[in-house]
Amino acid sequence: MNSPQQEEEKKKAKEYEKYVKRKTPAHSLIKNMAAAFVSGGAICVFGQGIMNFCQNAGLDKETSGSWTSLILVFLSVLLTGLNLYPKIAKWGGAGTLVPITGFANSVAAPAIEYQKEGQVFGIGCKIFTIAGPVILYGILTSAALGVIFYFLHMWGIV
Amino acid sequence: MKKQTIGKQSIEFERAPHILGAASIVGKKEGEGPLGKYFDKIGEEDGLFGGKSWEEAESTLQKEAVSMALAKAGLDQQQLRLIYAGDLLAQTIASSFGILGFHTPVYGLYGACSTMGEALSLASMAVAGGYGDYVAAVTSSHFATAEKEFRFPLGYGSQRPLSATWTVTGSGACILGTEGGKARITGITTGKIVDFGFKDSLNMGACMAPAACDTIAANLVDFVRSPQDYDRIITGDLGEIGQKILFDLLKEKGFDIEKQHMDCGMEIFDKETQDTHAGGSGCGCAAATFAACILPRIQKGEWKRVLFVPTGALLSKVSYNEGRSVPGIAQAVVVEHC
Amino acid sequence: MDYINAFWVGGLICALVQILLDKTKMLPGRVMVLLVCSGSVLGSLGLYDKLISFAGAGASVPLLGFGNLLWKGVKKAILEEGVLGIFMGGFTASAVGISAALIFGYLASLIFKPKMKN
Repeated sequence: MNSPQQEEEKKKAKEYEKYVKRKTPAHSLIKNMAAAFVSGGAICVFGQGIMNFCQNAGLDKETSGSWTSLILVFLSVLLTGLNLYPKIAKWGGAGTLVPITGFANSVAAPAIEYQKEGQVFGIGCKIFTIAGPVILYGILTSAALGVIFYFLHMWGIV
Repeated sequence: MKKQTIGKQSIEFERAPHILGAASIVGKKEGEGPLGKYFDKIGEEDGLFGGKSWEEAESTLQKEAVSMALAKAGLDQQQLRLIYAGDLLAQTIASSFGILGFHTPVYGLYGACSTMGEALSLASMAVAGGYGDYVAAVTSSHFATAEKEFRFPLGYGSQRPLSATWTVTGSGACILGTEGGKARITGITTGKIVDFGFKDSLNMGACMAPAACDTIAANLVDFVRSPQDYDRIITGDLGEIGQKILFDLLKEKGFDIEKQHMDCGMEIFDKETQDTHAGGSGCGCAAATFAACILPRIQKGEWKRVLFVPTGALLSKVSYNEGRSVPGIAQAVVVEHC
Repeated sequence: MDYINAFWVGGLICALVQILLDKTKMLPGRVMVLLVCSGSVLGSLGLYDKLISFAGAGASVPLLGFGNLLWKGVKKAILEEGVLGIFMGGFTASAVGISAALIFGYLASLIFKPKMKN
């Protein structure tokens, strides 16, 4: 149980937060959403183009998907190195964060930034600062689902 | 010696220390801002100031600022008794490596963006107490080191909310002494850490405004002054939102400072053309602005008495990740023409 | 037609995530984790493959698709390898994406220098 004094402080903090929210201007959500829609949609269309090209060249679906990821990741890293990705992301917001290009940007940006701190503790460690959690929790979630699937499959349910 | 404390948390100096010289150095973006022509030195576009890393660049800023301030005060490096230096980086390495070459006794400080207020306060206490004839106060910040320390790598794509501030790349230094110069520090009010439980580190104005209010009100009460007794009350980096909140909070306490108030963060950038959102921030913001355009106007007598109140938001990556609030602090220095 | 579907589905996912970013003040890193985990869950329910067959890259390029890919890898590996597959499938399926990001990211750190924003 919190003491009455702590409760009082919490209440005050809530009130202050509400007051600050009233005083703080915000970007227009609709405008941001539109920018995210357009930039995210455009990246996906580009991906679709690569996919179609690969499939027309006779590759199967899975391999085409891999090539698509590879090329998108390459371009994103390149744009990050040329300092263009952050400029696009400033406008596109979630549109540049959500596609796999956002993941690639989150790997390349710390790698470039922390090169001064050395190969191992600079680039080596920091390259995972943002991407590490994504890989960890992605693997963990899919493995947990795998465990469930394993039993359901064993019992013949799926 | 006469007792010099006044009120609850202020000091009125019996022999007010004088500001003998001050200098500022800033990055290119700051140089292109509205205050551009007042700074002593402006860096190149790469932001490295001849260094190999951002941290080295920030150290160079401090070194340059102190050297230039010494030259302006007409002093030799050997005459400097003490340096009070601070910055925003972990373990304040920008100061350590910036001051290293002076071979002068040093006190390293951390007060987030309020550090210039802290440095000036302590330096003036040292001079007024007879602990040094010539004492320097210097602080710095660098956009790139601060982004690394508190936010994301520069190449990472993200959107900044309108409440966010832009860390100033720059440094300001002041040399204090017992006599000379056209400005002196007649008193100080030491700030308390004030926590309203606010957690949004991308709205630092709102984190710091309660502290600024607390210190300004304490100063007015301790010195038995009204806002009109100051030509200007100048906060460090509250930004637009922080300023609005400060006005509201002070009105609740019965003080109206709208006519006197100025904020370094709002002066240093042009928010229409420079895309900095709420304003500039960092301990280089208040320091460089003070050295470049506040002090000269006091020296000229345009302003007779100014309350300079750098403000700081006390947070680290660790405290943020652990879900703690962002308390604020503000250090007030009374600077008068003489 | 596949381009149109890719555009509006991919765009819509991004626009919805923008609400999350703006309204909850969630940091981008958390949003990315959330997307990948949700993708795995949606995949395991058999929903995400349906979206991909409709929208193509519009569903596979967003990180939700990355999560789905992880799940599909795990499922395939379990069917082939049994228990071992739980520990194998995720990385096998995501190998290209992750390796590409790491390798290109590392190379970028050799070629490019960090630059100031202005």
